[in-house]
Amino acid sequence: MPEKTRNILTEAVTSGDRRSIFHRYGDRPSYSGKEKFIRWLLASMGHLTVMVTVSIILVLLVDALFFFEKASFIEFFTGTKWEPFGQPKKLGVLPLFSGTMMIAFGSCMVAIPFGFGSAVYLTQYASPRFQALVKPVIEVLGGVPTVVYGYFALTGITPLLKVVFPEIQVFNALSASIVVGISIIPMVSSLSSDAMNAVPNSIKTAGYAVGMQKFHVVTKIIIPASTSGVIASFMLAFARAVGETMTVTLAAGSTPNMSWNYLEGIQTMTAFIVQMSLGDTPAGSIEYYTIYAIGLSLFGVTFLFNFIATTIVKRFREVYK
Amino acid sequence: MTRKTRYQIYGILFQSVCLIANFSALFFLALVMHDVLVDGWEGLSFDFLTGYPSRKPENAGILPAIVGTIYMMLLTAFIAIPTGVGAAIFLEEYSQKALFINFVKLNIQNLAGVPSIVYGILGLTLFVRGFDLEIAGFSLGMGRSLLAGSLTMALVILPIITISTQEALRAVPESFRLAGFGIGMTRWQVIRYQVLPVAMPGILTGVILSLSRAIGESAPLLMIGALAFVAFLPANPMDSFTVLPIQIFNWASRPQKGFHDAAASAIIVLMLLLLIMNAISIIMRAYYNSKLRDLKN
Repeated sequence: MPEKTRNILTEAVTSGDRRSIFHRYGDRPSYSGKEKFIRWLLASMGHLTVMVTVSIILVLLVDALFFFEKASFIEFFTGTKWEPFGQPKKLGVLPLFSGTMMIAFGSCMVAIPFGFGSAVYLTQYASPRFQALVKPVIEVLGGVPTVVYGYFALTGITPLLKVVFPEIQVFNALSASIVVGISIIPMVSSLSSDAMNAVPNSIKTAGYAVGMQKFHVVTKIIIPASTSGVIASFMLAFARAVGETMTVTLAAGSTPNMSWNYLEGIQTMTAFIVQMSLGDTPAGSIEYYTIYAIGLSLFGVTFLFNFIATTIVKRFREVYK
Repeated sequence: MTRKTRYQIYGILFQSVCLIANFSALFFLALVMHDVLVDGWEGLSFDFLTGYPSRKPENAGILPAIVGTIYMMLLTAFIAIPTGVGAAIFLEEYSQKALFINFVKLNIQNLAGVPSIVYGILGLTLFVRGFDLEIAGFSLGMGRSLLAGSLTMALVILPIITISTQEALRAVPESFRLAGFGIGMTRWQVIRYQVLPVAMPGILTGVILSLSRAIGESAPLLMIGALAFVAFLPANPMDSFTVLPIQIFNWASRPQKGFHDAAASAIIVLMLLLLIMNAISIIMRAYYNSKLRDLKN
C-alpha cells in the first residue's frame, strides 16, 4: 500500500471520520470533465437551499421596510387595534398576535396530553405488534390535509360545541384550537417517542435491578431522562400551530380581537395574510405591505421556536452518545 | 393497603390513561373520516368528477381541480425531486467542509419548520410578481400561473426531500462505497452504481411523503392566487389554475349547506388520491427491496 494511502486510512480509522477517506481518496486530478460537471451541478443544488432562506429573509425584510416607512414601528408592535381598512387606519398587530397565541396555546392543550400519552404507551407499554399496527395510523392523522381539518372544525366540531355552549359563535377559537391540536398530535407523539427511545436501556434496567416497579421506571427514569427531547417536541408543535393557516382561516373567523374568549371569533396572523391575498388590494398600498410585516413577525416567531427546539434535540442526542 | 399494591394500582391507572390517550388519537381520525364520508358520499358521482364549478352546488364538479392538481404535482415533482435529491447527495457525499455542512443542515431543518404561508408570500413576490421588475417591457413575473404555483410548492417540499434523502444516504454502509473506490470507480460512479441503488427505497419513501404533503397544501397556493372558479382546463404552464384543496377551501367557506357537501365529496377524492400515492410508495419500496435482496444473494 502506498504510504500516502496508508496515512489517510490510518487517520480515518483513528479519528472515526468517514469523510476524510473519500474526500482525499476520491477526488483525483485525473477526474474527467463529466465528473467535475456533476460535482458542480450537485454543489449548486446544495447551495440553492441556502439561497431559499436568504431570499425569504430578503423579500420579507425589504417589503416590511416599505411598510414601516409609512406606518409607525411602535404602533405596529404595541397598538391594540387592527383596522387596516378603516378610516383612519389602525395598525397594531397585537390583536392578531393574541389570536395566534390563543390558537397555539389552545391546540397545545389538546395535542400535548394526547400526544405525550400515546408516546408513553407506544414506547413503554405496547407490544411490538400493537406498535407496528397503531403507529402508522397515528401518522395518517398527520398526513390529513389541513383544509380537511378546517372543514372538520366548521362542520363537525362547531355544531357539537354548540350543544355544550349555546352562546358560541359560528366562527370561534375553540373549535379551531381543538382541531389544530388534533392535527399536531402525531408530531408530539412521534418526536416524544424518539426522545424516549433514545434513553439508554442500561438506565432502565438499572432501575429494575434496584427493585423499582414499572410505574416508577417509567415516571421516575424514562420521563425525566427524556424531558428535554419531549419539551423540544412541544416547542416544535407550538411553532407548527403558530404557522397553521387553513384550519384557522376556515373555522376561527376574521374578527381581530383581544378578548381571549374562546367562544368568540378571532383572527390569527396567518388568517389575515390569507384574507389579504383573497381580496383585491392594489399592490403598493400600505394595506398590501402589511402582509410582509406580519409575514416577517410570523417567520421570526417560528424560526425562534424551531431553532431552540432543534438545538435542544441536538444537545440531548449528544448527552446519550 | 401495602405500599407495593398502592404503586401497582398507580401503575395500572397510569398505563390506562396512556392507553386512552392513544386510542383517542385513533378515535379522532375515525371522527374526521366519518364526518367527511357522511356529508360527501352521496355527492360523489360521475358528473361530479367530470363537471366544472357552478353557481349551483348540485351542478358543481371538480374536473378542473383534479386536472390542475395532477399537472401541478407533475411540475412540482419535476422541479423539486432532482434539486432536493441533488442537494442531499452533495451534502452527504461531496462536501467536505464540516462548518458549511452543519450550517446548511441547520438551515434546511429551519426551512422545514417555516410556515407554508411564508413560502406563499415568497412565491407571490418572486414568481408571480417578479419583484415588479421589468426588462425591456417584459415583466419578470409569471403571473398567477401553474408554473408559479409549482415553483412555490417545490420550495415548500424541497427541505423534506433533502432531509429524507440525507437519511437514506447515511444508512448506506460505508463498505459499499469503499468497495467501489477499491476497484477504481470515480466518485460519481460510486454514487450512481453503489450508493443510489441501495438508498433508493428510502429516497422514494421521502419523495412520496413530500409529494403527498404538496397535494394537500393549500395556503401557499391561495397566496399566489390559484383561482377557485376555473371553468376550463389548464393547457400550458402559464395558464391560471385551481387545485383540489383550494376548491375545497372555497366551497367550505361558503354558507350554503350544498357547497359544504360538495366540499366533503371533493375531500373524499383528495383523500383517495393520497391513498393511491401512499400505496404506490409501498409497492415501489417493496420492489426496490426485493431487487436489493436479489443483489445480495
